[in-house]
Amino acid sequence: MTCAVEFQAVSRRFGDLQALDDISFQIAPGEFFGLLGPNGAGKTTLISILGGLVRPDSGRAFVMGHDVATDYLNSRRNLGVVPQEVVFDPFLTVRETLRFQAGYFGLRSADDWIDEVLHHLSLSDKADKNMRTLSGGMKRRVLVAQALVHKPPVIVLDEPSAGVDVELRHALWAFISRLNKEGHTILLTTHYLEEAETLCDRIAMLKSGRVAALDHKQKLLSSVDAKMVRLTAARVPDSWLARVRRTEGQSFLIELQRFEEMEMLLAALRAENIAIKDLRVEKSDLEQVFLQMTGSHFEPNAEEARGEAAA
Amino acid sequence: MNNVVSDSMNTGTASNQADTKFPFPAPSGYPLPQAGEGKEGADLNQKRPSRHDAAGSLYKKPWHMLFYKEVLRFRRVSFQTVAAPVMMALLYLLIFSHVLESRVSVFGGRVSYTAFLVPGLIMMSVLQNAFANTSSSLIQSKMAGNMIFFLLAPITPWGFFLAYVLAGVLRGVLVGIGVWLAALFFAPQLWHPVAPGWIIAFGFLGGAVLAMLGMIAGLWSEKFDQLATFQNFIIMPMTFLSGVFYSVHSLPDFWFKVSHLNPFFYMIDGFRYGFFGESDVSPWLNLALVGTACALLTWGTWALLARGWKLRI
Repeated sequence: MTCAVEFQAVSRRFGDLQALDDISFQIAPGEFFGLLGPNGAGKTTLISILGGLVRPDSGRAFVMGHDVATDYLNSRRNLGVVPQEVVFDPFLTVRETLRFQAGYFGLRSADDWIDEVLHHLSLSDKADKNMRTLSGGMKRRVLVAQALVHKPPVIVLDEPSAGVDVELRHALWAFISRLNKEGHTILLTTHYLEEAETLCDRIAMLKSGRVAALDHKQKLLSSVDAKMVRLTAARVPDSWLARVRRTEGQSFLIELQRFEEMEMLLAALRAENIAIKDLRVEKSDLEQVFLQMTGSHFEPNAEEARGEAAA
Repeated sequence: MNNVVSDSMNTGTASNQADTKFPFPAPSGYPLPQAGEGKEGADLNQKRPSRHDAAGSLYKKPWHMLFYKEVLRFRRVSFQTVAAPVMMALLYLLIFSHVLESRVSVFGGRVSYTAFLVPGLIMMSVLQNAFANTSSSLIQSKMAGNMIFFLLAPITPWGFFLAYVLAGVLRGVLVGIGVWLAALFFAPQLWHPVAPGWIIAFGFLGGAVLAMLGMIAGLWSEKFDQLATFQNFIIMPMTFLSGVFYSVHSLPDFWFKVSHLNPFFYMIDGFRYGFFGESDVSPWLNLALVGTACALLTWGTWALLARGWKLRI
C-alpha cells in the first residue's frame, strides 16, 4: 500500500544547527498523525520538506508515493498545507484568494467547491470581503480553506492552535477530525500536548531533530513505566518517604516504579496503621511520556521559536 | 490504525453524518486525486460554465493563474502603475522639448528634437515599468509571506518565469503605448513609424530583459530598502544615461564610448530605429546584443528559479 507520507533518512542542517537528523517514518492513508515536540525540535522544517519549501541535505520524502524532489508536481497536488503564520494577499478578497489558489493547482472552475468550503468554515458571509478587513481568526480559517481548495488527500497543519482563541480552536479540532473521518490523512504539528492527546492516533515525538518516540497514543501513554499515585492520609510510611514527589497538605504524590508496587505500598500503610482517606492512580499523560523518552521537560510555555520556520 | 483509504470518500461516508455543517465530501462525491494521477487542469465541476469575472476560463495551467494574478496586481492600482508613469514621461517631454527643441540637432536635423525624444521616453517607460513590476511584486510577496501559496503549488520554474516576466512586459508595454498615444499630440508624425517590426521586437525584448532583471533583484532583496538601492542607483541612471534625451553622437568622445558600454543604449537605439529608420548604431547590432542579453538572462533567471534561489531553503 502506498504511504500517505513517508520520510526516508531525512537530514537537514542550518549552519551549526542539526535541524533534522536521520528522520524516517511512514504515515498510512487515513491516519491522524501528530508530530509533537517543543519549539525548535524541527517540526516545521520536517513538514516544510513535504511542500518543497525546505530541501533536505540527504534523504527523501514522499507524498502519496510521489517523491517531493523529483516528482514535485504530483506530490504537491496531493498535499494541502496550512502554514503556522497567518499570511494573505492584501489585494484579494476571500473568494479571489480561493479562486487563485485553485488556479495555482490547475483547477479551472472550482466555484461550487469554493462555496462549499466557505460554508463549512463559516466564511460564506465574508466571501467578498477584502482579506485585510478580516480578523486574525478569520484569516486563519481562510488559510485552512486554501489548503483544501484542491481537495488534497493529505493535509498538513502546522500548529493550527497557535495564537487561536479557545472557541476557534475547538471548531478547528472538530473540523479537522471531520476531514480525517472522511478519509483525509492528517499530519498535525503541535506543541500543545492536550491537542495531540485529544486528536491524534499515532504520535511522533521530535527532540532536537530526532524522533524520540513514535507509536500509537495509547501505547505511548501505557509505556510510561512510572505510575503516579495520589494518596490522601495523615502521613506516608517511613519506607516510602523517598518516593514522594510532591506534598500538598495531606495529599502526597507517590511514584511507583511498577504497578505491582501498589501492593507493597498498601501493605506498608496497613503495617503502620495509617488510614487511607483517598487513593487515586493518576493518568499518565504525554508530558510523562516525553519526560521518560527524552529525560527533559516539554516546556509548553516556551516562547515561539521562529527561526526554524521556512519563510 | 485507522486504515480508511482515500477511496472511501467517494462512497458516501457523508450519509450517516447528521451535522449539516460539515458534509465534507461534496454531494457529488468528489474524486480525490489518487496516487499516480497527474492530470493538469482537472475540472471539479464541469457542469457549470466558468464565470467571466476574476478567475474566468482564461487559464489552463497553474502558471496561467499566476500570470493573471500578476496582471491583476498592477491593474488594481493602475493609476499608480500605469497612469503615473505615463504622466511622468509626458512631463519630461514637455520640459525637455520646450527647453531644447531649438538648441539640439539630431540625425543631422532630419528629425525634430521632440520627435527624437519620444521613442526614447517610450522605451525608458517600458524598461522601468517592466523592472518595477516584477521586482516590487516579488518583494511584496516576500515581505507579506504570501509567496508560500504558489511555492506550495505544482508550478514549474518555467511557469514562475513566464508568469512574472510576461506580466512585467505587459505592464511595460501598456505604459509605453500610453506614452506613445499621448505624445502624438506633440509629434503627430510618430503615428506612422518607419519600421514597426523593430519597435515590437525591441519593446518586447527590452521589456523582457528588464522584467528578468527585476525578478533577480526582487529575489535577491531581503527588504524594500535594498530593492530601492538597486532601482535608484543602477536601473535609473542606466536608463537615463542611455541616450534617451540626446544622440550619443553629440557627446564628447569619452562619454560616447562609455555610452556604448551601457546595454540599455542598444535597446533604446534599436527601438528608435523603428520610428525613424535612423539610429546611432546598426539595428542588427542592437538586435544581436539585446537578443543575446535576453537569452543569457532567460537562462540565468530560469537557473535561479530552478535552484529555488532565495525561495526554497
